[in-house]
Amino acid sequence: MELTGIIKEKFEKSILSSSVFYDNETIVIRKEDVFDVIKFLKDEQSFDFLMDVTAVDYKGYPDRNDETRFEIVYNLFSYKNNKRLIIKTLVDEKDLTVNSITSLYHSADWHEREVYDMFGIKFINHPNLKRILMYDEFVGHPLRKDYPFKKRQPRINLRDVGKNEEEK
Amino acid sequence: MGLETIFGKSWATSKMEYVINWARKFSFFDYPFVTACCGMEFMSTFASTYDIARFGAEFPRFSPRQADVLFVVGTVNQKLAPVLRMTYEQMVEPKWVLSFGACATSGGFYDNYAVVDGIDKIIPVDVYIPGCPPRPKAVLDALIKLQEHVQREKLIKGK
Repeated sequence: MELTGIIKEKFEKSILSSSVFYDNETIVIRKEDVFDVIKFLKDEQSFDFLMDVTAVDYKGYPDRNDETRFEIVYNLFSYKNNKRLIIKTLVDEKDLTVNSITSLYHSADWHEREVYDMFGIKFINHPNLKRILMYDEFVGHPLRKDYPFKKRQPRINLRDVGKNEEEK
Repeated sequence: MGLETIFGKSWATSKMEYVINWARKFSFFDYPFVTACCGMEFMSTFASTYDIARFGAEFPRFSPRQADVLFVVGTVNQKLAPVLRMTYEQMVEPKWVLSFGACATSGGFYDNYAVVDGIDKIIPVDVYIPGCPPRPKAVLDALIKLQEHVQREKLIKGK
């Protein structure tokens, strides 16, 4: 709980909730303050390694609504203190923008592009925000819960093969 | 019957088609289009333990323009589909395609937005090899099947 306390001292209003699971602290932070909190953690708490940036779509969960549909998860690690920290933030379906932390960690570049590709969340001040896994002609964002499971978007015209007849 | 009786044992008559197909089937030059874990079995098949050289197909060409058998080894996703079609179109006739493993044959367990369910949606396929990944013996069996297929081909009508 010590890190939560340190952050709470400095950013009291930013913290929405926090939890601990086997010494692994998770802090949920307001979207506007994510950049500042991570900058503070990097500069003053020696969290020098950004392990992952990813997102979760909570559409249809009973305790969630449109305003808290998406969650972005930052996994931080400190080589100096051998500590891990998970920072989460909630993203509104109507305002899919978050500040990019590429200026703090270069590794965030591709992670944020992947989140943009799969969930359609835009990162402000990202140097090169375009799709990283799917092709440019692809419409929609495949890891969203409302992306149709059976939907296919072939890049080239596929041949007609007999076994496909029943699906048509 | 014919010329042998006149000229003795220094002659043999046969059909042109048979001889050309016989020559083709024992000198495959394959282009490995390897995208996934099946590649390990592919390497094993080509290495000395299983030794695909026994069937005359031991020399992979790493340019489709010099190859006549296309080995599609592994998962092909929608992003890669145009590349595979271009690779096939770059090969000169006569050409054959071997679909290696469950993913190339039907998409395998990838039933999702990213993967083409079977390369026969992109290019025509001659032999399918089941398995995830197939054993090298299955690959050799498929190669023999392909040789039989080549031996039966008609030269005049084309493919």
